[in-house]
Amino acid sequence: MAVIRDVMPAFDLLQPSSAADAQKLLQQHGEEAWVMAGGLDSFDWLKDRIKKPKVLVDLSGIDELKGIRTTGDGLEIGAMTTLTEIANHPVIKAQYGVLSDAVSVIASPQIRNQGTLGGNVSQDARCWYYRGGWPCYRAGGNICYADTPVGRNREHAIFGANRCVAVHPSDAAPALIALDAKFVIQTPKGERTVDAEDYFLGPEIDITHLNILQSGDLLTAIRIPSAWSGAKFYFEKVRDRNVWDFALMNVASAMVVLGGNIDRIRIAVSAVAPKPMRLKAVEDAVHGKPADATTGAMAGNLAVQGAVPLQFNAYKIPLMRNLVKRAIGGVQEATWTS
Amino acid sequence: MDFITWAISPWGRSVPIHIAWYLIWVALIAGLLFMIVHALYVGIFAAPRKFAKNDSPAVVAAVPERVPRHSLVARAFHWVMAISMFALLITAFLPKVGIKFDWVTYHWIAGLVLTASIVFHIIHASFFLDFRSIWPDKIDLRDAKRRLLRSMGKDVPPPDRFAKYPLENKFYHAVILLSGLAVTVTGVFMMKRVNTLGLFTRNPYLFGDMTWGMMYVLHGLAGVGLIALIMVHVYFGIRPEKLPITKSMVFGYMSRDFYLEEHDPERWAVEKSSPPQKGYAPSDAD
Repeated sequence: MAVIRDVMPAFDLLQPSSAADAQKLLQQHGEEAWVMAGGLDSFDWLKDRIKKPKVLVDLSGIDELKGIRTTGDGLEIGAMTTLTEIANHPVIKAQYGVLSDAVSVIASPQIRNQGTLGGNVSQDARCWYYRGGWPCYRAGGNICYADTPVGRNREHAIFGANRCVAVHPSDAAPALIALDAKFVIQTPKGERTVDAEDYFLGPEIDITHLNILQSGDLLTAIRIPSAWSGAKFYFEKVRDRNVWDFALMNVASAMVVLGGNIDRIRIAVSAVAPKPMRLKAVEDAVHGKPADATTGAMAGNLAVQGAVPLQFNAYKIPLMRNLVKRAIGGVQEATWTS
Repeated sequence: MDFITWAISPWGRSVPIHIAWYLIWVALIAGLLFMIVHALYVGIFAAPRKFAKNDSPAVVAAVPERVPRHSLVARAFHWVMAISMFALLITAFLPKVGIKFDWVTYHWIAGLVLTASIVFHIIHASFFLDFRSIWPDKIDLRDAKRRLLRSMGKDVPPPDRFAKYPLENKFYHAVILLSGLAVTVTGVFMMKRVNTLGLFTRNPYLFGDMTWGMMYVLHGLAGVGLIALIMVHVYFGIRPEKLPITKSMVFGYMSRDFYLEEHDPERWAVEKSSPPQKGYAPSDAD
């Protein structure tokens, strides 16, 4: 975490009371506006005086962006719903347990009380060179300080690096991809809905943004379809300490098993690439196969194909192989291999 | 308004990181303005061109119906370079104006093609063509002065017809040479900073932050300059009076009539049987 250097720079604080007003304000102020949800990412940037927006649009007063609603096809979670509410929601716990498992291990209880689902999936990269205000690629510069012979890159990407090697830090993101969630975005041209995996951007497309939100766009809700309700879920987060830490890696899967064989599956990992990765090749490979350790081992080996470790993060390859193995074969079935 | 974007390096130094991207629009507007002003000038104000002509019947008779201008090798180079240049401009600048796509790999591959084609061209033009034919000579400068004075209404002798390349063409070549060398030399070094599928070993420490920054700035300045230069090149390529030259870059030859109208057989000899006089440019096909 960067050292807090100073008080926040001056900005105009705008506090709309409706999503429509918020979207209009974002459209009006364009690149000069900063969207703040729970503030946990925003205040780091602002107190470090690295980001200096002219206008800050605080979404905390918009009630319509909060809460969990049952729809005809699953659930709709307002983007400003707190992580604690999601973690404790009875329907989510009972039917979409991978999401409650994921959000319940985000950061710390205090942060989950303040942090929101929309903020968690939209937060910026946690690479310390970038957060430290250095002029790296992600900050608009022309170098990646982490991807140098002596760069500290233990937590960085083994897949999808393209000049920038930072990973996506969200724990909720892989769970939402596993649940085939849809992200609802209010844009200047109207409402737009995208698949969870399409919400995130890699540096090959846009090196300065982690998601598709443009100026004037507002993430309003995340819809969880009922297709995966009650499926067999798995979520595991590996981190250096058991509370208040970002993931070294996490895995989320949703699986429907019929007669012992995998009928349907979605599996995603995070903190291995600049965006959460859905493992489509693994899904295809394990379809119709027994949900056991043998299939898990095969899936794990397949998952790490093409990984390119940096100087200090080769450990992520066996870590990913084993997490995928456990997600499919189960913790009891799978034995850890290095 | 700064045309360079600066940043503070980890060592607290102010270093350039790239050009300001508004220069893309400056180059586009400059290219458009040039085209508009030139088209208006030629269409409304410019007097018809008049050259000094005194070809002997023997010289005229010796000119073939199809005057070879560009060999197949020279044309292939031109079009390979053109394709790679368009690929470079598209991959470099569309993402900067909001059209996002995975551009880096395509960009450096196109850059390598351009670099290879330029190296080939330098060798080809230096040792297999008349190297001096593309550089301005004394007659070009004398005739430029005459044309300028005549456009101002002065009573001076008409200029000679062109050698193989008009003076404007020679100046354009010189400018595109400079900008092309700037983008390719800096681009080759910049490949040390990106993943090139194993072709280059990454070494971000090859230069210091300031040198790297200047390299990115030079690459960017030459790049946006090429936007305007390419626009102007395409504009002249499709202008009616220049179409015979453009066609010659496709088919390799120009018509006898156009040749005798615009080019001086004494300055650009096309007879295959007799060697050209010293300082005069033969056809590529020779």
